[in-house]
Amino acid sequence: MISMSHFLILGAILFCISVAGIFLNRKNVIILLMAVELMLLAVNMNFVAFSHFLGDIAGQVFVFFILTVAAAEAAIGLAILVVLFRNRRSINVDDINSLNG
Amino acid sequence: MEQTIFYIFSTVLVLSAGAVVTVRNPVFAALFLVLAFFTSAAIWILLEAEFLALTLVLVYVGAVMVLFLFVVMMLDINLTVLREGFARYLPVGLLVAVIMVAQLVYIVGPARFGLDKFPAPPPRDADYSNTREIGLVLYTEYLFAFELAAVILVVAIIAAIALTLRKRVKTNFMKPEEQVLVKSKDRVRLVKMATEKQDD
Repeated sequence: MISMSHFLILGAILFCISVAGIFLNRKNVIILLMAVELMLLAVNMNFVAFSHFLGDIAGQVFVFFILTVAAAEAAIGLAILVVLFRNRRSINVDDINSLNG
Repeated sequence: MEQTIFYIFSTVLVLSAGAVVTVRNPVFAALFLVLAFFTSAAIWILLEAEFLALTLVLVYVGAVMVLFLFVVMMLDINLTVLREGFARYLPVGLLVAVIMVAQLVYIVGPARFGLDKFPAPPPRDADYSNTREIGLVLYTEYLFAFELAAVILVVAIIAAIALTLRKRVKTNFMKPEEQVLVKSKDRVRLVKMATEKQDD
């Protein structure tokens, strides 16, 4: 039988892969956005696993809301990316330094 | 049987997630992300979360990833510049990832979340509807949060359109509402002039 730790470990591995992806692709904003989506997927995996094994439907409702917010975030993030590319002709993170922060 | 399915799908999921962050071409990365979402939808069906699995496929694969692919193909990006530093950060990235996996596996491993601590629930009946259960709490207990989510989506739509809307300067486009309101005296000016004698 599959225990809850199987699903939790799967979520943990997914999360760590996306953290490593943020380390590796720190110049490419598109891959960074994809890594964030993967992180949210890992968290959702944990929510669904807990909801199943504890018999509480609230976990799945939370996943529903996370999906909503993630979709909104992806839409706005990609819109900002398109505007950035139109102004700078590049999506390199190193080029985004006009605020000199 | 169930275990075999779980291991097959989780292997595919981990491999495609690894490919998302390592492949060179962002188009391939987006396609591998689609594969990752599909396989995790399958794993969620294994967890009896049918509604969320289908939502994941419809919303993520159908909408968000298509948006990603559109943007990736629209931008003409120089890959060699974006890839530099990949080999340099590979050791430290791998080290951090491996240490984090080890720590998390130690925490959520079978010692604390095994079958003896959290026994598997009995399988649901054939007429059990996951969608109905979610709907029953979503429209009663979580009604306010649900409406708030709708507002967030509207804000996202308007923000995305407003960000990317571009005013074109040099076009011959005429505004009909201004054309209708035009009065004849705005356009034509009658000037009285003294007549001059024409000599020929």
